[in-house]
Amino acid sequence: MRRLAGGISPRAAGLLVALLVALIAAPYFANDYLLTVLILILYFAYTGQAWNIMMGFAGQLSLGHALYVGLGAYTAAALYVHFGIGPWIGLLAAVPVAMVAGAIIGFLAFRFGVAGVYFAILTIAFCEFARIGFDHVAYTGGSAGYFLPVAQYGHDDLWNLRGRPVMFYYVILALTAVAFLACHLMLRSRVGYFWRAIREDEEAARALGIDTFRYKMIAVVISAGMTAVAGVFFAFYYNNLFPEQVFGISRSIELILAPIIGGIGTLFGPVLGAFVLTGLSEGMTELLHALGFDVPGAKQVFYGICLLVVIVVLPDGIWPWLSRRLGLERRP
Amino acid sequence: MTALLSIAGVSKRFRGLVAVDRVSCEVAEGEIFAVIGPNGAGKTTLFSAIAGALKPDEGEIRFLDSRIDGLRPDQICRRGIARTFQIVRPFPALTVEDNVMVGALLRTADTARAASIADDVMRRLDLTDKRARLAKSLTLPDRKRLEVARALATNPKLLLLDEVMAGLRPTETDRMVAILRELNAQGLTILLIEHVMRAVLALASRVLVLHHGAQIALGRPGDVVRDPAVISSYLGAEAL
Amino acid sequence: MSADIYLNVAVSGLLTGLVYGLMALGLSVIFGVVRVVNFAHGEMMTIAMYLAIVLFQSFGLDPLVMMVPIAGVLFCFGYAMQAGLINPFINRPEHSQFILLVALAIILVNVLLMIFGPDARSVQTSYSYDSFAFGRLIVDATKLYAGGAAIVVAAALFAFFKFADIGKAIRACADNYTGALVVGLNVKHLYALTFGLGAACVGAAGSMLTLIIDVTPPLGPQYTLLAFVIVITGGLGSMPGALLGGVLIGMTEALAGLLFTPSAKSMFAFAILVLVLLFRPQGILGKRAS
Repeated sequence: MRRLAGGISPRAAGLLVALLVALIAAPYFANDYLLTVLILILYFAYTGQAWNIMMGFAGQLSLGHALYVGLGAYTAAALYVHFGIGPWIGLLAAVPVAMVAGAIIGFLAFRFGVAGVYFAILTIAFCEFARIGFDHVAYTGGSAGYFLPVAQYGHDDLWNLRGRPVMFYYVILALTAVAFLACHLMLRSRVGYFWRAIREDEEAARALGIDTFRYKMIAVVISAGMTAVAGVFFAFYYNNLFPEQVFGISRSIELILAPIIGGIGTLFGPVLGAFVLTGLSEGMTELLHALGFDVPGAKQVFYGICLLVVIVVLPDGIWPWLSRRLGLERRP
Repeated sequence: MTALLSIAGVSKRFRGLVAVDRVSCEVAEGEIFAVIGPNGAGKTTLFSAIAGALKPDEGEIRFLDSRIDGLRPDQICRRGIARTFQIVRPFPALTVEDNVMVGALLRTADTARAASIADDVMRRLDLTDKRARLAKSLTLPDRKRLEVARALATNPKLLLLDEVMAGLRPTETDRMVAILRELNAQGLTILLIEHVMRAVLALASRVLVLHHGAQIALGRPGDVVRDPAVISSYLGAEAL
Repeated sequence: MSADIYLNVAVSGLLTGLVYGLMALGLSVIFGVVRVVNFAHGEMMTIAMYLAIVLFQSFGLDPLVMMVPIAGVLFCFGYAMQAGLINPFINRPEHSQFILLVALAIILVNVLLMIFGPDARSVQTSYSYDSFAFGRLIVDATKLYAGGAAIVVAAALFAFFKFADIGKAIRACADNYTGALVVGLNVKHLYALTFGLGAACVGAAGSMLTLIIDVTPPLGPQYTLLAFVIVITGGLGSMPGALLGGVLIGMTEALAGLLFTPSAKSMFAFAILVLVLLFRPQGILGKRAS
């Protein structure tokens, strides 16, 4: 029974249900601005969860995750613009494309023994490669950008992901919830144990019979595929794609801040981190605006300072600290 | 007795230095086999060759009648040889229970089944009361037993132990000796590299002595310690 | 005629590459000793660049001369950064160090953005449009001076590590951290010194680069990436490797810009990086880790 509850204490489960109910009810209380902020939060919670599989679970630091977002976004957008194929069918192409990209990077890195900092920089290199490459692909608009047709929508067309923010909100909420559940199940299964063993000590893991190459590949491929789903969402939510915006290194960094600040390797970390960081960022914008201190860069400076403070004071992230404070730790 | 593990003419050189020089021996099913020798005698190199961490330059290693030299460590473990590390390497941020679970999951994908294997192994190694502790918070004797537990959870036919007594106090050594004897009595074959002669004499049915990579004696512990070559090269005055 | 163009572009790339190499040298020295990857490297360089521009625009001081005091300022900045912020992170995991430096990088870029705005700025010296002709080879004066200065600074750094006692002590720290502690070296001080030296390289390189390129705050992240590419190509932790990598990448980018399109030139630098990582992960001149 303890195992079915899956290592989440009753109090944590209660918190989770309360959060989910609050998020489902949110559109009835939130105005349009708040709704866009919530969409952004959930977007980062979802991508953070996907990235966390690679780094938090399997210990492989990817700094180029924008690559998978971009590949997913561009694949689905191209199918929609050129062939009128909707996003849900587009997923069937977008996800495999990102998975193949992840598999290629993983294969090259793990077979050739590229690890640690070197692996991280290899992932940046591939992402930059894609950024410059897409700048020169005329089929998807090149550096001038790629645009999905937009109109004023009176009703929501869920099948084509054309509609009002509320629809996008529920889509990303569903994705985030599914990702949370999937990560929870993976973490409690064989693959989750093996990933954590590899993260802790790869040689010891190998000595216990774990085919570490195979399990690292599984982590990259799943993470890339999940991230590509966010890319499809990104394309249909924002309706425009610029290589500089989609594949830029700052995008990759943005994706990984939430899980690191929230608590790497934890399930709640990416969600909590997304709330804290996006909330902070938006709050800062409002505050600076109210103070009439609207210089470009000011917001980011405060953002950087907050980041600095968190990493200095709470090196393991906020969630491990918070869960201890709230008594949500799994009972021994 | 049939040979579980057979080593035939195994050599390993590092840039001209011969670390292991044409060593041959057989480990029979059900025995406790010890490899001893002074520092730099090639014990760890031989151990690494069996465990798959190194590929021997010459010779062959067979386990259950199939060649295993040159296989990867994880393949060797899946064939039924589990190892410990001389400097213990538990997964520091995982609990004792999860450490053992990782080993148990090698033979089953079912976590409930793996958990019951882990329960059993932890009980046999006196770790049950520490199951929820993080591995990094354990004392050295506990970590050593955790290392054995994790290897044992993979359900090996042969257990390789690399200086598992090193750094233990005499009472802890005796505890480990008792545990290993118990495991052996239940049918597990053990190959150990050991410096603590008291433990070797208490446990081993046969002993291989290495010196500068070459084997200088092989036999029952009582005979080996009286072998003049062994006394002059290794045991010296201190042991007698 | 067309062969001349290639020659001219290659030499121009080589000279720019030497300045890149000097910048990357800073990154390499820091990693080689402190074992921290400086993700704020390019951002530190933009500080130096804006210092050079302010000094030039306000007082007409030549960036080539100001390179020395600017390197000094960056040295102090680097020392303070290591001593105050990074030293406590030495034994933390890589991703933790990464966030620390990324946070610093975000702060630096955006402080510059707040002060100077997003517009590009440049330095126009009396010799900005001069060039030298060596037979059919034509070289920009600015690039020749900058490349020459980069060699001088790099040589000084080599000499420091080879001959000065402190330089030797720093190398001892790099080889054996515990050993250095045991023999009583003040490792934290030496680490801060190293970071300062790395920052000084960046300061000198940034000052020189203002002669060659227009400066905007977003150059920071771009140069951080460029420094990574160079250092890994040459060999992370290898000083000659950083210079060689700089020259290689500088020439590749220049020639790729000529042969294909300038906007795609970085692709070739990244392609080289990927090939090096796969086939010689320790870099061209790096030592293989045991």
